[in-house]
Parts: sequence; structure tokens; C-alpha cells
Amino acid sequence: MTGVLDPKRQLLGGGPLLSSAFPDLATHQRRLGPVPWQGGPARLIGAVETSGLTGRGGAAFPTWRKLATVILGDRPVVVANAAEGEPASAKDRTLLLHGPHLVLDGLQLAAEAVGAATAYLYVAAGPAADSARRAIAERAERAGWDRLPVTVVVAPDTFIAGEESAVVAAIEGRPARPKDRTVLVSERGVRGRPTLVQNVETLAQLALLARHGPAWFRQRGTHTEPGTFLATVAGSVAAPGVYEVPHGIPFGSLVGRAGGPVGTPSAVLVGGYHGRWLPFAAELPISAPGAGVVAVLSTADCGLVETARIAGYLAGQSARQCGPCLNGLPRLAETLRRLAHGDGRPELVARVHRLTALTDGRGACRHPDGTVRMVRSALHVFAEEVDRHLAGRCGAVPCGAVPCGAAREGIR
Amino acid sequence: MSARLHVDRTRCAGRGACTELLPEILDRDPWGYPLAVDGAREPEVPAELEKHARRAVSNCPVLALRLHSNGG
Repeated sequence: MTGVLDPKRQLLGGGPLLSSAFPDLATHQRRLGPVPWQGGPARLIGAVETSGLTGRGGAAFPTWRKLATVILGDRPVVVANAAEGEPASAKDRTLLLHGPHLVLDGLQLAAEAVGAATAYLYVAAGPAADSARRAIAERAERAGWDRLPVTVVVAPDTFIAGEESAVVAAIEGRPARPKDRTVLVSERGVRGRPTLVQNVETLAQLALLARHGPAWFRQRGTHTEPGTFLATVAGSVAAPGVYEVPHGIPFGSLVGRAGGPVGTPSAVLVGGYHGRWLPFAAELPISAPGAGVVAVLSTADCGLVETARIAGYLAGQSARQCGPCLNGLPRLAETLRRLAHGDGRPELVARVHRLTALTDGRGACRHPDGTVRMVRSALHVFAEEVDRHLAGRCGAVPCGAVPCGAAREGIR
Repeated sequence: MSARLHVDRTRCAGRGACTELLPEILDRDPWGYPLAVDGAREPEVPAELEKHARRAVSNCPVLALRLHSNGG
């Protein structure tokens, strides 16, 4: 799968994206050439549609459709989104650290495709932001490399900072909180302009797609989910980290890429804290990985403890704007905590179901919905574990009893 | 023509005026916030209730309600 690459790249995963990632402009130019300008707006959109590229920030929305909506408006704005508020994810940071020019090429191409007048990079503070700033400065010194200057806006370190309307708010200088929306950001976003918010991995994929074409892009992945994606593999694996793999790769192969399992895998959380739990099945192809998080739980961990911990984190990350989210999520998290830690009252399960129904779909953003999705999948996958906990036992080895000794930080 | 009721959840403070004026469409959740009886994100307002819905919109003390005509 990997070509002739240095060992560090092998560690990173070495698919087409990461093997085209170079931190400095000179190497980037030597290996990939200049920005493959398409000669005007709209020209790239057909290729993006044929490629089947979807957004890599979590929602997997077809990228061409966003482009096609934004291009219709007046002087659009483009935003490269690297907020990466998901605690289990590291791929956007990794990408910006190792291949900022790929992301910035993609941003320029997206701007060209929609005829944008303004471009931003929205990124959390840290080494990735520093790397991006260095890259932007390098490009500014090279006359004619970029056609649009890029303004860096620092994203706060919150879970919801990367939600589209929160991104718009932050760029406008307001707190990065989601807004009630009846109009799409792609129609009316930053200062009322049509705004294209794309995850940085999506833009990097776009930069390669513009160079090599949609047929090349579709060589990897599956028919319905073409291309590679950046997986952040976390939890009970020997070498947690970011790996570039094709869509449809079996879970067992991905775990193998990440150094193999530590202990016996029992379940995986796919897509991060707003994702869904699945029983671990080595042969099962990975589909709909969201923002690419695959967190592996082993038989030494307790899925309920882990779920309660994540729900507690998510409750704390509510923007505290919408009543059902503000009231529902903390109660949901507390109920799960009691269930996980051995308050064996059977009505707790019914209470979880009632609270998920009361919060699902009842916020301005999808924070309650994502939390509910994760919790519901947990009750399904860990159904036997729920029964054990209600009877005062825990299936985690060597825990065996509640309050649960497996309450360590299993997945990060 | 029917319409849909939109609640701006970031504004809604759970005062309950809408749930009193539109019990056919809105219930109250345990914390006092409007809960669509049909479970929809934006519940349908049938033509015969549109007048009541407009009253709910104009009586919301925090201006959190809006009425959209379908397809508009």
C-alpha cells in the first residue's frame, strides 16, 4: 500500500494523502507542482461530483453539492475548518502539521471553484496552527502561488466550535456557538455571504483530486464510498494514531495497521463521541466513519463506564443555549453514570430511553442528536452489560464487580 | 395551504405561552419547553390551526417562534 517513503511517513500511514504531505513549500512544489488552477469558477465541480468526494468533518455531505450551492451567491467566502473539537480525533491537526500546503492548495482551488472573494483557515491553537501559519507565510512570499490571501482565525477548544454556524460566528468575532438557522450557511453565512465551510481533509483530498482526476480518486475505497480517509485509531491498540486507509477496510485490518490490538477487542466506537458503538467484528468493512475516529474497546474495559464518561463530557460541552440540550444531557449523563457504577435500579434504563427521546432533534445544532445516537447504540451493543450491571456485576475482565474497576480512561 | 412551526431553541426560555395556545401541536416537556406532539423538528400546522399558530407566534415573549408556509 505504501510507496517508497521515509519511515516516518510509513508510521503515518502512507496513502495518497499522507504520502503527498510535505511541510515546506519547496518540497511540496518539487513533488506535486504548483496549484492546478482550473481556469475559472465551476470547472472543478463536475470532477468533484464524479469522484464522489464527501465532507470529512463528520457529516459526509457530498462536496460538489455544497460547491454548487455556494457558487450561486454573491462574492462567496470559503473556510477551511480545522477546529477538530472531537477529543478522540487527531487527523486534522496531523494533516496540517505534516501537509499544510495540500490543505492550502485545496482551499485555493475551492475558492476558485466557487468564485470566492475571501478565504479563512479556522484552526485550534497549537502546533498545527503554527505549521499552517508558517505555510501561509511561505506561500505569500512566493509571488503568484496563491490567488487569495488566507486569514487565520483561532478556534476555541470546545466540542462544538467546528459546527458550521459556530464557525461563522467565530469568524464574525462572536462566541463560537451554533445559531438557530432557517437558512443554510452555504446560502448565507459569514457577514451574510454564501459560505463554503469545508473540513481540511476534504480540501486536501480536493487538492489531489484536481491533480489526478476523479478516476484516480475512485481507485481506492468502495463504489459508494470512494477514496481514502484519515482514521484516528484510539483505545486498545498498540500504536494509536492517524492512518490513511481506504473506505471499506475491515476493522481487523485497521487495528492491524495500528499495531494490533491490546487485549481482546470487544467493541468499537466509530465516528467519535457523536458516533455509534458496534460490536467488534474483524471482517466487517468500515462504512460511514464520520470524521474518521475508530476507538477500540477491549474486554478489559467496561462499555457502560466509557459511555457514561463520554456522555458526561458531551453534557458539559452543551452551548447551554437550548433548553432540551441544557436540561436533558446532564440528566442523561447522570443516569448513565449511575447505571455504569452500580446503582442497580432497573428503571434507570427506561429513564435513559425517556431522556434520549426528550433531547433528540431538539436543539439548534446536532449536539443533542449526536449524543443520543451514541447513547442509543451503547444500550444496544452493551445490552448484556446493562443487565449484568443491574445485577451488580460487570463483564469487564478483570473487573467483575460494580462499582467498576474498569473506570480507567479507556478511550481517548 | 399548510405551514410549519419553527422554534428558535436558542431563544426559547420555556415560558409556555405557545403550549397553551397550541395544545394540538405543542406539548410541554418536563422542563417546560415546547415538545412537538408529532415529534417533528418543525411540526406541521394544519390550515384550521393557522390562526392560533399566528397568535402563538405574536405572543411568544422572547420571539422564538416563526411560521413558515410549506415549500416557502
